[in-house]
Amino acid sequence: MNGLTVKDLVVDHGAITALNGISFTVEPGQLAAIIGSNGAGKTTLLRTLSGLKQASGGSAQWLGENILGKKPENLVRHGISHVSEGKSVIPELTVAENLALGGIWRKDKKDVAAVTNEVLELFPRLGERLSQRADTLSGGERQMLAIGRALISRPKLILLDEPSLGLAPLVIEQIFQTIDQLRHKLGLTIVLVEQNAMSALRIADIGIIINLGKIVATGTATELINDPALHAAYLGY
Amino acid sequence: MQQAINALLIGISNGFIYSLMALALVLVWRSTRVINFAQAGQAILSTYIAFEIVTRTDNFILAFIGGVIAGALVGAVVEILLMRTLFKHVSDGPVAALAPVIASLGLLGLIRSIIGMVWGNDQKPFFPPVSTNGFTFGETTVPFSRMNLLIVLGAATVMIIFTLIFQKSNLGLALRAAAFQPEIARLAGVRVGEIRTIGWIFAGAAGAVAGILISPNDAITPYSLDSLLIFGFVAAVIGGLESLTGAVVGGLTLGIGLSFILTYIGTSLIFPATFVVLALVLLIRPQGLFGSKAARNA
Repeated sequence: MNGLTVKDLVVDHGAITALNGISFTVEPGQLAAIIGSNGAGKTTLLRTLSGLKQASGGSAQWLGENILGKKPENLVRHGISHVSEGKSVIPELTVAENLALGGIWRKDKKDVAAVTNEVLELFPRLGERLSQRADTLSGGERQMLAIGRALISRPKLILLDEPSLGLAPLVIEQIFQTIDQLRHKLGLTIVLVEQNAMSALRIADIGIIINLGKIVATGTATELINDPALHAAYLGY
Repeated sequence: MQQAINALLIGISNGFIYSLMALALVLVWRSTRVINFAQAGQAILSTYIAFEIVTRTDNFILAFIGGVIAGALVGAVVEILLMRTLFKHVSDGPVAALAPVIASLGLLGLIRSIIGMVWGNDQKPFFPPVSTNGFTFGETTVPFSRMNLLIVLGAATVMIIFTLIFQKSNLGLALRAAAFQPEIARLAGVRVGEIRTIGWIFAGAAGAVAGILISPNDAITPYSLDSLLIFGFVAAVIGGLESLTGAVVGGLTLGIGLSFILTYIGTSLIFPATFVVLALVLLIRPQGLFGSKAARNA
């Protein structure tokens, strides 16, 4: 069975077409990097897949089930977690509360406690700051908190929007390493949206390059990294 | 000195009532970004229902519980029938921000008219459950009565219950998350639509408690809680409009401040003084005492 299958997806922003017929497939356990410049439609794609935005046409399925037109609060119950752009944490709440929020809908409180402990082992810095408000954290810590909160819902598919945004190069390296470890350890399927093309492709299985709402190139990450034409046009160097 | 203590005690009693009304307004503002003028109507309707129960049964506790449940239900009905419909049909443009406020004004009028039709517009005596004569210590009698004590205890109990719910329960976490960042709350699995209704239910209950506790000092009419709405609103703004703690502190500040003005200057200055306090707070701290500085785009 296919993991994530997107077919002819069209999404409008008022009068503007943000995504104009996007089709791609991500197999279970794969990491797909969605690459493109600002305004290419990457964030719109993730917001549509997580239910925050309505599609105007096309289809999207996860494990054979339609996910378009569903609410985000229901999709998270079906294993789809979206870590939205710009450190998706609630600044007014403490670190512990942000983590608890990730498990708020789950009935199995024992497993919520277990997975919370796993997250704190993975990100020990969060454990030291449990009672601090999230807005006192550094950018990297906030990103860890956002990913940690998403993990507490025990997702199968994570939609990750620009985890490197506004972070120092060293921290970006750490975050990408963590993402790479996580998906192997937990068998996650990940759709990673990034402007930081090379860092994303280095940990990705496949890459999808979007420009002005259309896919301009797809392939294995290695193919894309080694394609000189793409380098010049989209990968930045 | 004696006079100052009296002013303080009465100020605290009134302040708690203002705090409850402010809490009601803040809860609705946080959950749906609506300034709910109908809160005065919802509260007076709940008070009339409590009045009806107390008249028939002579049991204030039963009346209190009945009135608060009625207040909660009215809150739910207003949110589900009126606000959800409004949000569905006017979701864009300047009208979207204004329509719910205008609708709440209209609803205030509607509720008053319904009360007038059912109970009449004349004053109804709401007999206090305990004495409204001040406590006597030796030779001196203070204005602070058993009824004032009941107000303080009742309001404080409600606030403690709210604090426990908001700080210690999953429901409270969901309410806060939905208020601060509805989108992230949804992504985390919070059913924000339902949570908004719960915000209105809590607000309806808080307003009902305010109305039922303040009314036994006086007679009730369909309009008798209108000034409370103004005090509650000013208290909420002083507290930053976002913060539950702010609402309580704002209410107490206003209650005590006005009580001193009443004691030392006179009744005529109450309303002007209310707005002077509001203006001063907003001049010195535009975000209110407990509001956060960052502008929010919710």
